[in-house]
Amino acid sequence: MRPEVELPTAITVPRATDSQGMSYLVSLPRRIVTVWIPLGVFVIVLLFPFYWMVITSIKPDAELLSRTGNPFWVIHPTLAHIEKLFFRTGYPEWLWNTVLVSVVATFVSIACSVLAAYAIERLRFKGSRYVGMSIFLAYLVPPSILFIPLAAMVYKLHLFDTRLALILTYPTFLIPFCTWLLMSYFKTIPFELEECALIDGASRWQVLVKIVLPLAVPGLISAGIFAFTLSWNEFIYALTFISSSEVKTVPIGVVTELVEGDVYQWGSLMAGALFGSLPVAILYSFFVEYYVSGLTGAVKE
Amino acid sequence: MRLAAHPVPPLTSLRLVASFAARLQDNRNALGLLFMLPSALILLVFLTYPLGLGTWLGFTDAKVGRPGEFIGLGNFDFLWHDPVTRLALFNTIFYTVVASVIKFGLGLWLALILNQHLPFKAFLRAIVLLPFIVPTALSAIAFWWIYDSQFSILSWLLVKMGLITQYIDFLGDPWNARFSTIAANIWRGVPFVAITLLAGLQTISPSYYEAASLDGATPYQQFRHVTLPLLTPIIAVVMTFSVLFTFTDFQLIYVLTRGGPLNATHLMATLSFQRAIPGGSLGEGAAIATAMVPFLLAAILVSYFGLQRRAWQQGGKD
Repeated sequence: MRPEVELPTAITVPRATDSQGMSYLVSLPRRIVTVWIPLGVFVIVLLFPFYWMVITSIKPDAELLSRTGNPFWVIHPTLAHIEKLFFRTGYPEWLWNTVLVSVVATFVSIACSVLAAYAIERLRFKGSRYVGMSIFLAYLVPPSILFIPLAAMVYKLHLFDTRLALILTYPTFLIPFCTWLLMSYFKTIPFELEECALIDGASRWQVLVKIVLPLAVPGLISAGIFAFTLSWNEFIYALTFISSSEVKTVPIGVVTELVEGDVYQWGSLMAGALFGSLPVAILYSFFVEYYVSGLTGAVKE
Repeated sequence: MRLAAHPVPPLTSLRLVASFAARLQDNRNALGLLFMLPSALILLVFLTYPLGLGTWLGFTDAKVGRPGEFIGLGNFDFLWHDPVTRLALFNTIFYTVVASVIKFGLGLWLALILNQHLPFKAFLRAIVLLPFIVPTALSAIAFWWIYDSQFSILSWLLVKMGLITQYIDFLGDPWNARFSTIAANIWRGVPFVAITLLAGLQTISPSYYEAASLDGATPYQQFRHVTLPLLTPIIAVVMTFSVLFTFTDFQLIYVLTRGGPLNATHLMATLSFQRAIPGGSLGEGAAIATAMVPFLLAAILVSYFGLQRRAWQQGGKD
């Protein structure tokens, strides 16, 4: 099996210069029809909902609910919806909860996953292959079939309506993913480096902390970004285990609390969706390569 | 464990600890177990145990706050004759099949386009993946507004183009709602399929295409006889994941329709949530969730054989 997660430098199209050996034979008009027009349609469709979120969140109600004029543009932009969102709803609290839960769950999962991946991939203890397989199977268990028994457990452990319930349950889908990713990453680090250190008298712990981890930083970033995004986006557990507004996460808060009454506050709703998406989008924009290598690495295995 | 690396202090207890640590160092089995402990603990308690508990609950009449009695196949018998569950099963299969096929087609097309020599390739790839990374619940809210029965931008556009005269009730009519939710699912899933298939396309050596075109192969023939066979293994894996995520989808439906109108968009996951959490029938909900497992196993087996085939194509190296 080839290493699934290449170093980020290797990820960026290795043969960018000669990858289309014969494409110079394709004429320009043909290229416009076969490449540029479909690509343009794809990009417009994929990005339109985001544009729509932005435009709606700064549109005054009068313009939102009128059928005349051009709905794609806004004539008198307003910050009223955003102001309402941040000062007259629980939104700041939800944001804080989401950050807290995501960061803690991510760090817990990465710490556990580093140890597990190192043990499976490098210590090669008895039965490590089977443990590796079961980690992969654990990754395939969808939250949709776990949330009912987990809800029963959360009630019993008196964790209902606490952030701790989310921090404890998110690692169930983060650890398998991160372990799997880090296992394939550790595979790419030469054994010889470890052997040298062991001969020089380093302990396994020192090997892990001083040799393997520094070399696996890109893999750690990949896993971290992924874990953070997955916990930020998590929905069904947070919907099931949380009922008070003060401990809700952003996706749950927006869906359950901003949607009230007969007249939907579309402006605030869209602003809520926008500001809930921005943090992951910004994080993603800084670490695109790591994210893509994590995604493709996890699937290529 | 650090102690082992330093000179052993004269204290007996510490020496004991140190020698224990040193023995642990030598025994990779023991150390392996120690390293596995945190993950294993979390996964066994919060994943393996609930998996078993969920299956057990499916055979009981448990309600919220009341442990249930074993009732055998009672829930499954009831659900089998329950028209809403049957409708949900039909919806789930319809939703999964239609969305997956279209996601695959569009995703492969987009991947092939992005594999061309393009300016700003990295940037294009980054923005294409955007729908996949933002929270689904929040992008579903945007779709809810796009599908609004009175102020839908799609209806507005179609009316202005003269294609329709009345605003479309996207989420109010059963079949419209089915296709609208499928469209939103496709919007979110195409980037995932496209980017992962693109990674697969980039591993195909350009020399195959050069050889094929020197032999006079048309672009279609190149695609059919070079690209597709070499891409099959990764297609198998990507589509397995895609089917898995689509089949167990919850957020999109919950936000857009909550299963309505007339249960036309209820999927197994949303129905099991509705029965178990607001409805309080944990046993019934768990039974619905358990009923999803055979389908998921089928998807995983497909993935497994896809992987086997890949190993074979690459000369079976491991």
